Amino acid sequence: MNDTTLQNFQTQQDSSTASEEAVRHYSDAPTPDKGQPVTRNESIEENLSVRVRDLSLWYGEHQALNDISIDIFANTVTALIGPSGCGKSTFLRCLNRMNDLISSVRIKGLVEMDGHDVNARGMDEVALRRRVGMVFQKPNPFPKSIYENVAYAPRMHDMVSRKADQDELVERALRDAGLWSEVKDKLHEPGTSLSGGQQQRLCIARAIAVRPDIILMDEPTSALDPISTATIEDLMDKLKKDFTIVTVTHNMQQAARVADYTAFFHLGDMIEYNATKQMFANPHTKKAEDYITGRYG
Amino acid sequence: MSQSFEEISAQLKKRHRRSARMKWMTMGALILSAAFLVVFISDMVVRGWPAFQQAQIQVEVSYDEQSQKLPLAAVDEDVRPLISRGFFRPLPRKMEDNPALMGTTQTQWVIADSRVDQYLKGNEDRLRPADKETLENLVEEGRADLKFNTTFFTTGDSKMPEMAGIASAAIGTVMTMLVTMAVCFPIGVMTAVYLEEFAPDNKLTQIIEININNLAAVPSILFGLLGLAIYISFFGVPRSSPLVGGLTLALMTLPVIIISTRAALRSVPDSIRHAAFGVGCSRWQVVRDHVLPVSLPGILTGSIIGLAQAMGETAPLIIVGMVAFIPDASFSITGASTVMPAQIFTWASEPNSAFAEKTAGGILVLLAVLIFLNALAVWLRNKFERRW
Repeated sequence: MNDTTLQNFQTQQDSSTASEEAVRHYSDAPTPDKGQPVTRNESIEENLSVRVRDLSLWYGEHQALNDISIDIFANTVTALIGPSGCGKSTFLRCLNRMNDLISSVRIKGLVEMDGHDVNARGMDEVALRRRVGMVFQKPNPFPKSIYENVAYAPRMHDMVSRKADQDELVERALRDAGLWSEVKDKLHEPGTSLSGGQQQRLCIARAIAVRPDIILMDEPTSALDPISTATIEDLMDKLKKDFTIVTVTHNMQQAARVADYTAFFHLGDMIEYNATKQMFANPHTKKAEDYITGRYG
Repeated sequence: MSQSFEEISAQLKKRHRRSARMKWMTMGALILSAAFLVVFISDMVVRGWPAFQQAQIQVEVSYDEQSQKLPLAAVDEDVRPLISRGFFRPLPRKMEDNPALMGTTQTQWVIADSRVDQYLKGNEDRLRPADKETLENLVEEGRADLKFNTTFFTTGDSKMPEMAGIASAAIGTVMTMLVTMAVCFPIGVMTAVYLEEFAPDNKLTQIIEININNLAAVPSILFGLLGLAIYISFFGVPRSSPLVGGLTLALMTLPVIIISTRAALRSVPDSIRHAAFGVGCSRWQVVRDHVLPVSLPGILTGSIIGLAQAMGETAPLIIVGMVAFIPDASFSITGASTVMPAQIFTWASEPNSAFAEKTAGGILVLLAVLIFLNALAVWLRNKFERRW
């Protein structure tokens, strides 16, 4: 193990000892039949955003996720990496139940948020998506004005009643998404008139407008140019103060730049989950090492 | 060593020739169909135009005791045979309604008999020699002429060609189409929304889909039989009424609307649905706020095309009794009524040339309405078109 890297990491992370222990547990035992449930620890519980245990998912007969167990920590950026078809996007969509839209999907296991199993019968997926926002691979603003794109969801969720509140909320969301100065003079032009990077930040503004707890990002920069990508990466870094971010990325440098934790998926298994610095400096598993060093992917 | 340009060009010549040949053939197909259209429309205009004109004669009409009893006495004996019986019949009623007319003599342009009309248009000569002489004199004096035929646009069918008009059929068409649209637009759109946005993709919905597609190809006269059996025989809806005709045409138009609405819904990119689900929309909110606004132009276009198709339909209406002699316009949906294509069909089966002219005239009116509807469809599509 590279001690210097680890020490650096530890000085940066406030709850590093506790969370790293939990994290390391998975790096040692990625599959639950080998591992034990995570040790209950107050400091971890406080910072825990989503707890996933033994999550398996099938598309018809094909099993896409095999017994995934992972803890996602609040106010961090967690990156999911791995080769195409490894299940990272599928896993991400389990967190806000977007897989419900595919009729052949079958899910087993626990995804726990705020003490509730999100797959439980009593859990309303609309309520879940109110607290877990999503940003997609291709920017997909609504075919409405920039203002409407942001104002639509809060109004739908009855978060605002007065026009002035709504204006304020739109401005705040656009400011948080770093888009305000660019669009403040053309709020009523169509969202699709913006450039690709601006559209993606508009989608982020749309997601944060309802003040969710978690924002899921499914390869948010893969359709963007390098400058827009850098802007979004900076934005993710700022947003984690208020939100928990889980992002899927194809780009390992991006994971290294933005993520606090990184999970490596391969063929539906989660091979390794670790603090990003450690993952990239000293991966515990051969597969992760091979992927990170570019031997396949 | 690769081939020289000369060698390659020699081979290419044949391929270029084939391209040129195909270009001319495909263009020829276009020209041929355009030519058919031009011939058809110009033929209809040439035949139908005279229907918009009607011979009228200026006569002295005396409103008195005698003409109240015997309307024919209202005009001079020698011009009497030249004037339409349709003018004389309502005279007593007219005098009753308007007592001020009593005892006056007025110079009026009145509708001429169809034989006069046809003679003046140079179609056929069935006038007696004496009448013809009178008419020639009137023409010379400028007291007999072809004028714009307002009767054609204000009255219903009549056994007298000069009194026959398209108005009651047009009203019948409007009432029938209102019933059709009121029934099949909401049902069709909602069915399509269910199948496309709510229903699970399983065997049952696939079977339903196949059957809807097949239904669109069922000969329309069968829908007439269905209408007769269900609406008239079972539910007791009055026959010949716009209600039964509209319901029957709704059965026929429903598959068209469902299919075009589904196509419009399917053309909405899934990324919009995902975005809406992602911010926590319920399924209905996704459909109402995001999918329907984007697909509206397609839905409207499809529905208007379906409506235009129903408007031109005659066969199923024969079975439910709407192809009949209906002289009076009725604004009720349960009264006896006819529609424009049915009226055209009725006139087409009349032997004399005055009705042949009405047939073509009726077709022109129907074409004008259909072109208007199609233009409306295009306009609506452009108006509601959104980019994403």
